[in-house]
Amino acid sequence: MAEDLRAVEGSRLADGVRAYLIIAWMWVRSTMAYRASFIMLTIGQFLGSGLDFAAIMLMFAHTPHLGGFSLGEVAFLYGTSGVALGLADLLIGNTDKLGQRVRDGSFDTLLVRPVPVFAQVAADRFALRRVGRISQTAVVLGWSFTVIEVDWTVGRVLMVPLMILSGTAIFGSLFVLGAAFQFWASDAAEVQNAFIYGGNTLTQFPPTVFAKDLVRGATFLVPLAFVNWMPALYILGRPDPLALPRLMDFASPVAAALSCAVAALAWRAGLRGYRSTGS
Amino acid sequence: MSIESSGTAEPSTPSTPSEPSATAGRAACAGATAARGGFIELDGLVKSFTVRRKAGVLRRTKHEVRAVDGISFSVARGEMVGYIGPNGAGKSTTIKMLTGILVPTSGRLTVAGLDPARERTRLARRIGVVFGQRTTLWWDLPLRDSYHLMRRMYRIPDARYRQNLDHCTELLDLGPLMDVPVRQLSLGQRMRGDIAAALLHDPEVLYLDEPTIGLDVVSKAKVREFLRTVNEELGTTVLLTTHDLTDIEQLCERVMVIDHGRLVHDGGLDALHADGGSERTLVVDLERELPPIEVEGARAVRVEGPRQWLAFPASASAAPLVAEIAAEYPLVDLSVREPAIEDVIARMYADRSAL
Repeated sequence: MAEDLRAVEGSRLADGVRAYLIIAWMWVRSTMAYRASFIMLTIGQFLGSGLDFAAIMLMFAHTPHLGGFSLGEVAFLYGTSGVALGLADLLIGNTDKLGQRVRDGSFDTLLVRPVPVFAQVAADRFALRRVGRISQTAVVLGWSFTVIEVDWTVGRVLMVPLMILSGTAIFGSLFVLGAAFQFWASDAAEVQNAFIYGGNTLTQFPPTVFAKDLVRGATFLVPLAFVNWMPALYILGRPDPLALPRLMDFASPVAAALSCAVAALAWRAGLRGYRSTGS
Repeated sequence: MSIESSGTAEPSTPSTPSEPSATAGRAACAGATAARGGFIELDGLVKSFTVRRKAGVLRRTKHEVRAVDGISFSVARGEMVGYIGPNGAGKSTTIKMLTGILVPTSGRLTVAGLDPARERTRLARRIGVVFGQRTTLWWDLPLRDSYHLMRRMYRIPDARYRQNLDHCTELLDLGPLMDVPVRQLSLGQRMRGDIAAALLHDPEVLYLDEPTIGLDVVSKAKVREFLRTVNEELGTTVLLTTHDLTDIEQLCERVMVIDHGRLVHDGGLDALHADGGSERTLVVDLERELPPIEVEGARAVRVEGPRQWLAFPASASAAPLVAEIAAEYPLVDLSVREPAIEDVIARMYADRSAL
């Protein structure tokens, strides 16, 4: 019985991934019908998100250190957080259109198709141009490696992809959480944006710049700190401003798994609520 | 688009092969689903919503609204049924429960032997849904790409897909529209595109929620003609809601009327007329203006100069009435008008609310 159930869940996951890829690929193909426009938009995203970093560089023109962090170190924080957000945005960023679908009733049309609804919502309007943002932040990250002074042990090297993946999962679950919330309040997209993009700006700066209470709130309320502060402190060999146990430096994957679980539960609850009220 | 494929889409499902001919399809009440009764089976189905209303600055009062209030009916495989009622009567709520979108509050419901709410994605392969007011197609994609996506999603075998698409393209005149993004299609074109999309995977049931709403006369005729063909040639069970009673008159032998969440009529159109106590109208032109005609079995409802309108029961014959009037009044001309279904249903509602 339990095995049966696991088999069903497993095939649902496979179905979902398959459906996601089919839909996403269709959007990529349709985007490529206007190749020039795609290239322009991607470059636009690259430059647009580059402005963020230009602002940071401007600040460093006046001071060599920000909260004790050098420009290279800030670039490292910026790069890891930016790549994680970019990946999450590329993969499931479109879930924030859910509220609109609920409002205009088109969400119903997704429920009568034989593939998981979440895959359909996540892959809807898959926008490959978002690689623009990812590549810009990746460039900054790459540059930061050449300037930061780090004792590259095996653990520190492995921590880099791990923190990016965990960060992607955490940002992703924030997107899903926000989407699930839109089942109840279909105008919640703005609240969600405040969290995600606000969170992104927060993680682009070293934690010591902000007041301690704010940092504590961010660590425990929204596991954004795990996106990169904790592991970054480990990689850069810095003391934690909150003096949490060192073990917390490695908690990113756990935090990511937990936030994914919370997001999944919220999504299920939201969908169940929708199917019992129809609104 | 042929019948024997209904099992290929999902081999694990013990689906019944539909009857190949139209007549057999209509009479197919006794399929494999006979054990459960009809192909679509509702028993005491209820859906209630909790509505919160403002009753002060902060206070809210809760009301329970029964959108569907204990509906029971059974539709046989291959039937084509009209489901009508005024706005807010519970038509859409019923359709949403039949497709598994909404979970019923109570009551029993099976479609093709499945529980829609619990086996929604499994059922989805076997049903087609057209929402008149919103498209199931991808707004920014050309029709061709939308159909291609459908093929992959429903895992429609290549040969079957091509055959079905060709069939729909021909009958619905979709050829010139294939490469146009859906958002650029007119309402009628989009509706035809939507109907084709709902049929590519050989569904056993087709639900249409207001399929002719907002369409021009030509588009309406084309859609009706196509639905008739699908029902007769493929034996597809069709359930359609509509505001346009001509749809029902031209397509459905059976019509169900829902009002305030309850089924108030289930039967033929003729019976609907009888149920509603409908009346025919005799329009008589007299030589000159006269006071309202007084004859037995009819009453004057309107007088306009020499022309008078007399209402009499739809079941009665007009001949004796005409003879009597001709004998007593200076009759110049006359005509008999059949009752409009709108009026019949309006009367039915009026009777119900008077009770």
